[in-house]
Amino acid sequence: MKKIKIGNVMLNIILILISLIMIYPFIWAVTASFKTNTQLYSGNPLDLMPRPFTFQNYICAWTTLPFYRFLLNSAGLSIIVPLASVLISSLAGYSFARLRFKGRDAIFVILLGVMMIPGHITLIPNYSLMVKLGWIDKYIALIVPPIFQGSLVFNIFFMRQYLLGIPKELEEAAIIDGCTRFGIWWRIIMPNSKPAIATIAIISFKNQWNAFLWPNVVINDYLKMPIQVGLSYLKVSASNWGMLMAGTTTAIIPLIVIFLIFQRYFISSALTSGLGGK
Amino acid sequence: MLFSKGLHPTHKNSLAVNEAVTGWMFILPAVIGLSIFIYGAIIYSIGISLTDWDLFTPGKWVGLSNFKTVFRDSQFYQCLYNTLYFVVLMVPFGIMISMGMAITLNHQMRGISFFRTAFYMPSITSTIAIGMVWLWIFNPNLGILNSVLRGIGISNPPYWLESTMWAKPALIIMRLWQLCGYYMIMFLSGLQSIPVELYESADIDGASFWQKTRYITIPMLSNITFFVAIMLVIDSFSIFDAIYIMTAGSPGGSTNTMLYYIYTEAFKSYRMGYASSLAWVLFVIIFVFTVVQFAVRRKTEQTNA
Repeated sequence: MKKIKIGNVMLNIILILISLIMIYPFIWAVTASFKTNTQLYSGNPLDLMPRPFTFQNYICAWTTLPFYRFLLNSAGLSIIVPLASVLISSLAGYSFARLRFKGRDAIFVILLGVMMIPGHITLIPNYSLMVKLGWIDKYIALIVPPIFQGSLVFNIFFMRQYLLGIPKELEEAAIIDGCTRFGIWWRIIMPNSKPAIATIAIISFKNQWNAFLWPNVVINDYLKMPIQVGLSYLKVSASNWGMLMAGTTTAIIPLIVIFLIFQRYFISSALTSGLGGK
Repeated sequence: MLFSKGLHPTHKNSLAVNEAVTGWMFILPAVIGLSIFIYGAIIYSIGISLTDWDLFTPGKWVGLSNFKTVFRDSQFYQCLYNTLYFVVLMVPFGIMISMGMAITLNHQMRGISFFRTAFYMPSITSTIAIGMVWLWIFNPNLGILNSVLRGIGISNPPYWLESTMWAKPALIIMRLWQLCGYYMIMFLSGLQSIPVELYESADIDGASFWQKTRYITIPMLSNITFFVAIMLVIDSFSIFDAIYIMTAGSPGGSTNTMLYYIYTEAFKSYRMGYASSLAWVLFVIIFVFTVVQFAVRRKTEQTNA
């Protein structure tokens, strides 16, 4: 009995140590963003308390670069792109799961092949397509190409698998009542696939909030930059650590708040989606 | 077929046609978009890789000469070496740490959901943002890491991101810190599906914790381990954001990876053709790695069976 207790205490100490390592960078970023630069450069790095407490770093960061626009842009993209992904993948997933037509399975297999293609292959051709279409520095470049990535195929696959598990009887009753296929999809399939929709939406939301490489190459206009790209520019123009940490905190806090609220969905989406969750 | 079943044949046919039309309509947005931005892009990329093109003036057809250049390019070999360095260290350490974290966390106890949240949180955070924090952590003079190392009596701690020797390990530490929580969740779900009876009968035989881990836990997790290994290989091959924000390939090119090299060739030097050839070479390397992993997996499964 006593041995188990000692083991438990040890276990807890190890877990607390690991969680300190995991959380420390976050706590440091937040607290450092309220510290004066005197304290940041000459104070004890282990002392987390800002003394004195200052908003100066935020004022500097937000006036150097238009952070409010970065946040608005990212918020917009993190809503539009997941919404479009959910609608497109749910329609296609329903078709692949339930509707019979010639060539359906062949197309499905061809689409699945996309998942093998890493994003770095399509980066350059898609960029030059944006140049040709005149989409550089336009919001549309941040919306359309990011929807049609390998992750969309994963979402279609995921939707199809999920819908195969929904009883056919649900639709059959509606067909007899004369409902159109579109009506069935909207009124029966969508409400019955909420868990799958939540999974797709959450992964896509997170990916959009954190998106960097693509927006970084297609957007040069500060007013159209999403948050991560804007933040990377702050690194060039910031004069000190305090400002950088104010920018960093601005970029990570919204997603962390959403993560803490919808934690259950984040974790279950990581589990159910595996590869697609990245 | 014509006069067989109950429904009037023309009615039945029109229903089928109707269903086919709807079926196509429903997949059309996805098919059109993917045909342009993935299939079209793949073909386009092959075309670009055969040209010498700076994006502004018309490209010049050069055949396979870009690919020949790749294999004579010393920078390519340096990037390949750096990338493989990441793969070789990140994959085994990633598996060990995330599996270890999952085993430690797989107990009924108070505060479990707090620990799970804490371990998982880094993996949802943007690498660009948290990379800035790690820049400070690794700062040789002001950073927390060296303060702690000096505190425990190491008088000459490494210069981390400023040293050719320690920059890669520093980036690996940062990426593993970020990714392990995600893989831990995978292992945790695997642990929960191992039948309790296996451990109970091992207890009756008087097996120690290590024996149970070695002979029950690790073999029962092999499917997940394989899956995590595949994903970690892709993660370490495609390391980019961390390099971009933390080192930009420095010092002395010691953290220049394949993907970062492709990026700088394309978007800093505007050598679109050469960058596309590099992209295809990287694709082939990742593909071979994945095929080998599957082959090894099949072989070990056969010998175990």
